[in-house]
Amino acid sequence: MRARPVRWLPLAPATLLLLLFLAGPIGYCVYIAFTDMQLTGSSGTSFVGFDNFRRAFADPGFRNAVWLTVVFTVVSSILGQNTLGLALAALMRRASRPVRTLTGTLVIAAWVLPEIVAAFLLYAFFRREGTLNAVLDWLHLPTQNWLFGLPILAVSFANVWRGTAFSMLIYSAALAEIPQEITEAAEVDGASGLRRLWHITLPMIRRSIGTNLMLNTLQTLSVFGLIWAMTRGGPGRRSQTLPVFMYDQAFLKSLIGYGTAVALLLLLVGALFSVVYLRLMKVEV
Amino acid sequence: MLGRVGRRTRERLAADAALLAVAAAFALPLLWLLLSSLDTEADLRVRVPGNPGLDNFSAVWTDEITFTPMLNSLVLCGGATALTVVCAVLAAYPLSRYRSRLTRPYLLTVLFTTCLPITAVMVPVYGLFVQVDLIDTVYGTALFLATAQLPFAIWLMKNFMDGVPRVLEEAAWTDGASMPQTLWRVVLPLMGPGVTVVTIYTFIMLWGNFFVPFMLLLSPDRLPASVSIFTFFGNYGSVVYGELAAFSILYSTPVLLLYVVIAQRLGGGFALGGAVKG
Repeated sequence: MRARPVRWLPLAPATLLLLLFLAGPIGYCVYIAFTDMQLTGSSGTSFVGFDNFRRAFADPGFRNAVWLTVVFTVVSSILGQNTLGLALAALMRRASRPVRTLTGTLVIAAWVLPEIVAAFLLYAFFRREGTLNAVLDWLHLPTQNWLFGLPILAVSFANVWRGTAFSMLIYSAALAEIPQEITEAAEVDGASGLRRLWHITLPMIRRSIGTNLMLNTLQTLSVFGLIWAMTRGGPGRRSQTLPVFMYDQAFLKSLIGYGTAVALLLLLVGALFSVVYLRLMKVEV
Repeated sequence: MLGRVGRRTRERLAADAALLAVAAAFALPLLWLLLSSLDTEADLRVRVPGNPGLDNFSAVWTDEITFTPMLNSLVLCGGATALTVVCAVLAAYPLSRYRSRLTRPYLLTVLFTTCLPITAVMVPVYGLFVQVDLIDTVYGTALFLATAQLPFAIWLMKNFMDGVPRVLEEAAWTDGASMPQTLWRVVLPLMGPGVTVVTIYTFIMLWGNFFVPFMLLLSPDRLPASVSIFTFFGNYGSVVYGELAAFSILYSTPVLLLYVVIAQRLGGGFALGGAVKG
């Protein structure tokens, strides 16, 4: 046998990078969050304890951002991507091949497009003079100034458009693994479509549902570019989710300390979700 | 039997109709992109160009709009991808082959990091980059991008490497090959498809990344396409939508093509799918 430590040497470059560029910033994040660092005149940085956090919880802007982040996550990730992804995967098992291929290609194309391109496309789609209103007009339905009147809904739908492919792929794989005999047995027993879905399909793919919900939620929590390019968090603050609020405070208002405290809270929520995810999934490594 | 077939057909038609409705909703924004790129008078609605042509493409086909940003993207994302893949291959080898008390905690940490919202770290990263003078440097940005993709790349690579049988390696060991030789000559050739998937996937992710270069690069001549498209078209009062669409297509084509290369191998639950047993 060779000298043991040498065998682990290949791990060094990756570990070094992770420590320097990921663990380092996270540590620095914890430090700055407890200071009053500002972009301008940073010489006077001093330790302020929990002030930034107290300030955040008393700040209507922060509470607004938390609420909008919850709405954005629930509407776009849990209700939107997750449900639509499952529905698409289930429908694709029954549909004819050309339709299946066409739909799959379009949904995946929306996912592979760079974030900023997707943002521009959906900006054009949701604008007052954009395609959505043209379609609604054509159907004789009332039109809306989406980006102004319902900005958080518009960006949520945009995120559904962009992210559903991931859920669709996960659920397609999960549904393909359900043994045919089980579904057929239930059919013979006369179970209706909905009952089969509730009592057989959903319990059998519950792990995939857990994985998908967690990953979607984590992904959605950190969406920035899509919202920034579509609405800049506006009008006013009506689509200002936590990442946008954090950016706004740290760079546009120059309050690095405060912005970082918000970032730290976001990081903690993400970390909590990750731990729950790893626990739930009983990862084998 | 006949009734059964009839129901199957009805079910298929209903599923087809539902899918086509969803497909239409997904297609409209993409249709706008295609049609507007060919229309010099494009506005925000989907409409067939009155006088279709490639004028928009020739308008953006300049150093300032297309070539410099695309080249910047290539250098930034290519460099970061290379770094990620090399580090991931090296790290995956001991993690896949040797047993130690630390293997499991290390992998769990990697997986945990994969899930963290990187967006949240960007404010402190900016602060740190200002302090150590890495701000507005391409290599600094590439280092950070590479690190951000590294956890997932290690995880994927380790799973691919687990699939390579050890028998051949043991033969190489007996012949006196060193560890780097074994990795290079025996293991890597056997997991070529895996390395390709990780490389392309990493590159696609980096090519589309907007927030990191948006924060860490300042000089206009260093911006990659993901940011230049935003500063160029997003900040000007009157946007020429046709040109925006044309440039969007130029910018998106590389990743769309690359995705087609790996689509077959990605399959279903590939994302962390390997992590979930049972």
